[in-house]
Amino acid sequence: MENRPLEYDYTIAKLWMFMTIVLGIVGMLIGVILAWELAFPSVNLIAGEGLAEFTNFSRLRPLHTDAVIFGFTVSGIMATWFYVGQRVLKVSMAESKFLMVTAKLQFALYLLAVVAIVGSLLLGITTSKEYAEFEWPIDILIVVIWVLFGIQIFGLIGIRREKSLYISVWYYIATFLGIAMLYLFNNMEVPTALVSGAGAWYHSVSMYAGTNDALVQWWYGHNAVAFGFTVPIVAMIYYFLPKESGQAVYSYKLSLLAFWGLMFVYLWAGGHHLLFSTVPDWMQTMGSVFSVVLILPSWGSAINMLLTMKGEWNQVATNPLIKFMVLASTFYMFSTLEGPIQAIKSVNALAHFTDWIVGHVHDGVLGWVSFMIIAALLHMAPRVYKREIYSKSLMNTQFWIQTLGVVLYFTSMWIAGITQGMMWRAHDEFGNLAYSFIDTVTVLHPYYTIRAVGGTLYFLGMFMWAWNMYKTATAGRRVEESELQSASPMAA
Amino acid sequence: MFHWLEKHPFFFAVAVFVTIAFAGLIENLPNFAEASQPTIGTKPYSTLELAGRHVYIKNSCNACHSQLIRPFKSETDRYGHYSLSGEYAYDRPFLWGSKRTGPDLMRVGNYRTTDWHENHMKDPAAIVPGSIMPAYRWMFKNLADIDTAYAEQVTVNKVFNVPYNKPIPTADGGTATVKLAGSLDGAKADALAEAKMIAADMKDQDVKDMVANGQVPEIVALIAYLNSLK
Repeated sequence: MENRPLEYDYTIAKLWMFMTIVLGIVGMLIGVILAWELAFPSVNLIAGEGLAEFTNFSRLRPLHTDAVIFGFTVSGIMATWFYVGQRVLKVSMAESKFLMVTAKLQFALYLLAVVAIVGSLLLGITTSKEYAEFEWPIDILIVVIWVLFGIQIFGLIGIRREKSLYISVWYYIATFLGIAMLYLFNNMEVPTALVSGAGAWYHSVSMYAGTNDALVQWWYGHNAVAFGFTVPIVAMIYYFLPKESGQAVYSYKLSLLAFWGLMFVYLWAGGHHLLFSTVPDWMQTMGSVFSVVLILPSWGSAINMLLTMKGEWNQVATNPLIKFMVLASTFYMFSTLEGPIQAIKSVNALAHFTDWIVGHVHDGVLGWVSFMIIAALLHMAPRVYKREIYSKSLMNTQFWIQTLGVVLYFTSMWIAGITQGMMWRAHDEFGNLAYSFIDTVTVLHPYYTIRAVGGTLYFLGMFMWAWNMYKTATAGRRVEESELQSASPMAA
Repeated sequence: MFHWLEKHPFFFAVAVFVTIAFAGLIENLPNFAEASQPTIGTKPYSTLELAGRHVYIKNSCNACHSQLIRPFKSETDRYGHYSLSGEYAYDRPFLWGSKRTGPDLMRVGNYRTTDWHENHMKDPAAIVPGSIMPAYRWMFKNLADIDTAYAEQVTVNKVFNVPYNKPIPTADGGTATVKLAGSLDGAKADALAEAKMIAADMKDQDVKDMVANGQVPEIVALIAYLNSLK
């Protein structure tokens, strides 16, 4: 056998990298429009009265969440899997024709699903369940895409040279299994046209009613966050931070504890979405308690990552990628502390239904998920395209602009949410409600404006990232294989 | 054991799956086993109301409005009696929402009128100064999908035994029956008859003309649904 390094095949990874950037920009653009619509309702008419139906807040909102979750993040998961998978399993995609064909098929079907989803949500074809809005024909398409992803994971594992599975692979496997289970059960529905022979062919009705439907939906909704936003992003940081910094993972035992702890605890926490609702009290309490316990495995991973930088903190000053990843870990810790606090019953009574929850989601997604995906793709670019990063200073600028954006976002939403919650519950000295509902809306205007500014800054950063990625792929200085092995190939 | 699992992907995957599936089984199953009993007075939706519910869903009204009143004084003062599980027995899907950009609507039928909704959907800020809700003028032109509402009624009746055409106990000790027409044409006629009653309370001449011509605009169906929320 020849004694030379493996040539990994990045054909598929490149497709998904492109998709991640495009859908990241689209998803966040819609988010920015939504933020301005809330601050200034006339923005709803951005494309004129005639198209108001399609540019209206209520039509764009599910498109925004789905574009960021299933567009940007899932594409990022795919892009990194098709890169990391080969490298930690020590096998090239090119070695299996079957895997190449199914991977391309998966990508093609994904494109089809994107078109179908954008079209249907704009037309108002939705089941209304958050992050599970798609009607049954699209659900079936998504299941096929997901099965093909499973084939990719286990196919590559099946032909691996490295016997032991690296930590990141554990997390990718969990992502696949978790989403598969949750998606299937939450989307159980009966197509009404098939039963009745009348009505729209794509329409369906949920298998579950009322409280049970809510229970399944939030078991899904909460854990879509788990297996879409937490688990796969942890997979990324376990690979990319040690690689980029040249430091070994701080503790193998801690990573074991964090992984199995997360797997066991996360699913229980879904009940915290239903506090003070009509689900049985013991379920609410379980949701609340397990949410607090969830701090342990979450912080386990985050601390493991931060300790990986032990003795090498000077890298934060010199390498913007390390900056992105360290801040991502920090935001992960922040977000997984904030969540449990919101899940405490007395806090939840105030926070639920308010903008504080929106703030929490966004410091997680913008600070943790997006920063990690951005950093991962910037780490991959020189290795995939064999070119130096186009501009290090652009990366630095992007980092600071986006950080400022996130901070403006979550601080304004904290204030907005707590203000809103306090005003809703305020009574005067006679025991009457102190404020009408509209008072609690108008008072939020300044914070909604600050949020929109923060979101716009973050969005600007996305363009800097896209530009840097594009220029790296096309105009970056060529680098040799040997340079790619150790130091981070970066322009001045 | 963990080292061994890391070298045997199949067993690793099984172990992960069992670990994650465990919580779902324990938390979800008991509630399913205990079938949800409708509260006295809870009725299935009529064809027009269901068509209106579809308009509500189509426009993701649940993105900004909740339908879940929590058991706090401030909420019962503002919205009415707190929510009970059985009140949702016929809600597929549930529409609790997760964010209140606007107020809760679970009992909006108790304190808002057809007239109020009509004006509010046309120009929210004119009715509630400072409102950030956008106008929904296209609902005055688009036609409600009665066919699909009927399809859903037939489906839930067949598959989930939702009691259409059966006497249902009401809060005052009597009974009420929600009709499910035997055919699509019958359902359309029923929906139109109900729409005429709503349109009689409305001001918009175009809407009145459409209903008089046998058409049901989305706004009429939506108002029928909102009025049914009590």
